[in-house]
Amino acid sequence: MTKSKSAYSTPTKIGKLDTHIFVVWVDNEAGVLARVVGLFSGRGYNIESLAVAEVDQTKKISRITIVTTGTPQVIDQIKLQLKKLVPVHKVADFKREDKKVIFKEMALLKIVSQQKKIDKCLNACKNYSPIILDKTKKSVVIQITALRREIDKMNKKLKPLGLVSTSRTGAIAMTRGAEVFN
Amino acid sequence: MSKLYSGAEIVFKCLEDQDVKYIFGYPGGAVLPIYDELKNHETVKHILVRHEQGAGHAAEGYARSSGMPGVVLVTSGPGATNVVTALTDAYMDSVPLVCISGQVPTHLIGTDAFQECDTTGITRPCTKHNWLVKDVKDLSKIIHEAFRVATTGRPGPVLIDIPKDIQFAKTKYLRPKKIKKLNGKLTNKFSQKEIDELIDLISKAKKPVIYSGGGVINSGPKASESLRELVRLTGFPITSTLQGLGAFPGDDHQFLGMLGMHGTYEANNAMHDCDLLINIGARFDDRITGKIDEFSPNSKKVHIDIDPSSINKIIKVNLSIVGDVNEVIKATIKSISRKNKEINRSNKQNVSKWWEQIQKWREKNSLGFVNSDETIKPQHAVQRLYELTKNQDTYITTEVGQHQMWAAQHYKFNKPNRWMTSGGLGTMGYGLPAAVGVQIAHPKKLVIDIAGEASVLMTMQEMSTAVQYNLPIKIFILNNQYMGMVRQWQELLHEKNYSESYSEALPDFIKMAEAYGCKGIKAENPAELDEKIKEMINHDGPVIFDCQVDPSENCFPMIPSGKPHNQMILGPNDKQENKITGKGKALV
Repeated sequence: MTKSKSAYSTPTKIGKLDTHIFVVWVDNEAGVLARVVGLFSGRGYNIESLAVAEVDQTKKISRITIVTTGTPQVIDQIKLQLKKLVPVHKVADFKREDKKVIFKEMALLKIVSQQKKIDKCLNACKNYSPIILDKTKKSVVIQITALRREIDKMNKKLKPLGLVSTSRTGAIAMTRGAEVFN
Repeated sequence: MSKLYSGAEIVFKCLEDQDVKYIFGYPGGAVLPIYDELKNHETVKHILVRHEQGAGHAAEGYARSSGMPGVVLVTSGPGATNVVTALTDAYMDSVPLVCISGQVPTHLIGTDAFQECDTTGITRPCTKHNWLVKDVKDLSKIIHEAFRVATTGRPGPVLIDIPKDIQFAKTKYLRPKKIKKLNGKLTNKFSQKEIDELIDLISKAKKPVIYSGGGVINSGPKASESLRELVRLTGFPITSTLQGLGAFPGDDHQFLGMLGMHGTYEANNAMHDCDLLINIGARFDDRITGKIDEFSPNSKKVHIDIDPSSINKIIKVNLSIVGDVNEVIKATIKSISRKNKEINRSNKQNVSKWWEQIQKWREKNSLGFVNSDETIKPQHAVQRLYELTKNQDTYITTEVGQHQMWAAQHYKFNKPNRWMTSGGLGTMGYGLPAAVGVQIAHPKKLVIDIAGEASVLMTMQEMSTAVQYNLPIKIFILNNQYMGMVRQWQELLHEKNYSESYSEALPDFIKMAEAYGCKGIKAENPAELDEKIKEMINHDGPVIFDCQVDPSENCFPMIPSGKPHNQMILGPNDKQENKITGKGKALV
């Protein structure tokens, strides 16, 4: 019998962690983001990325997309706890592997380099619908939309070619096909 | 055109429409307009506390004993921060509170003004919801919604922060609307299929146990009646959490006593060995479950709760029924009596062997203790208090610690709403102000705070409140001159290093009582105990009772942390276990 000096039990082993994307429809009112984010920090859940904006101006509804990791039990809890918040209308959660759902992130990449290398960068980005937002002789700002890991990859790849600054959104999600989440 | 009312008037119009009879509060600069309006509303009586935490706990005592939401009124800044402990306490124990706090005028918010604090920010994690009123036009709607949020679903505290300029501003008053579904949060939709599954499990069980909790109390007195009917119908043994005490009669044969860390041997062993566990309105708290991996390893588990997020939070269950416990139990009883009339008889046969086993566990008499003729044993004091008060309708509140556990173990409750204690948060200093609130709700009844000398000093100032309103609360202090539970843990787990747990420089409680203008009684030996308790009960007015008990007494049985239910430490009375206890003291 080992000696336990704690007033609490010892932690049991943690199960397999899954990555999930939560989509939360909320009333766009003061403090609502703090409630959602506070729920995560207060209960020790993890936030990988967060994207939020109003999607319905007349009804004042915002859509929050949160990428998080946790055991199935924790994911379940996050969903149920979110649903308890008064300004929350509905909650959807998807596994990252879910084929029925599109996940996208946008990134703005600033490259300061010679023309040759800039061209190389543009070429490297060609699979991620690159748009040139600004261009000078020595620099370029490229917008790409891709998955998180693809942007991670580009980040690494473009560094030696003159990438000096990256700005990226959190992931946002939409179901495929005619179905709408209810 | 309808009449225009100031924000302060609207506050009272809302309180009147919500049938609020009492508010517990403390004035200050940012709520003065509301206090100004108080004199114009005779149906709402204000109880002046001596500290805002006291207001919160008093409102909790009021709410828990009456089933009505408790209402608190405090000022900005320190007024609001002082009430945070009580809000958190209410949040953990699902007590409906509506707290109204003053705030600095809108144009000063964010400027670090005098007595400004981010009240909604601070109270966000300890309320079900909170509101900062920025426009007086929203005020009546928000207050009505606040009452709805606090009292529906799983009850809890809410807070409304009202800046001073909003209290002055004028607008129309809006009456409460008919209750509309709140974002689908009034989850009360269980299916007959789930009930049938439950009945199937009930009819197959050989070793069942029902484990009921505070949810039964929150569901109202009818839920306790339904629970009693269900337990009689099935013939199953029932145990209860700390908060659930009173839902089922404490002196009934089918009641196994409280379960958990300081629960009885029979209750905890029944939980461990059962093949069907029916959780009704409880939440698998860590003081109940012990070691999660070894919690009731061979049972099918059923969880009935109004809060969907309680299901599978800690313990995975085989069947979950989300709904008001009274509705669920009633539906179950109805189905049993309609379809399975035989279940009654067959069940009792099925579980007869199980009862024999429970009887064996009972014979351990795990709540036993070695009584003494010289010093008052705290358990003995609680038992005597019970015997001398059981013939009248008595309301018990407690502080937190050993005395709380002894009260839960030795005081037998027969009705719901008679037992007010801080379970989830474990707030020392809860009992005295809670007793104030209980006495306000039940002016003619006997209200006793079973207290510890350390806890009660945390909110002792509320004796003034009791004296001011002539509330005859009895503060029954089990004075062992220690923070007893801390001392017990230090003895058992920290090599008897009694670091800072001795109550040095205690006040003379008799003189203290007299200083407050109430009666002080002291009992020093078992011979005089009964007589002194009677003197306390018969005194028409508040009493502080200093019951000098054995300082070295420990609270048994006890499940050491991280241990499953079947590895309990029993008291010194148990000879067989005594050897293990001797070794156990070094090992635990």
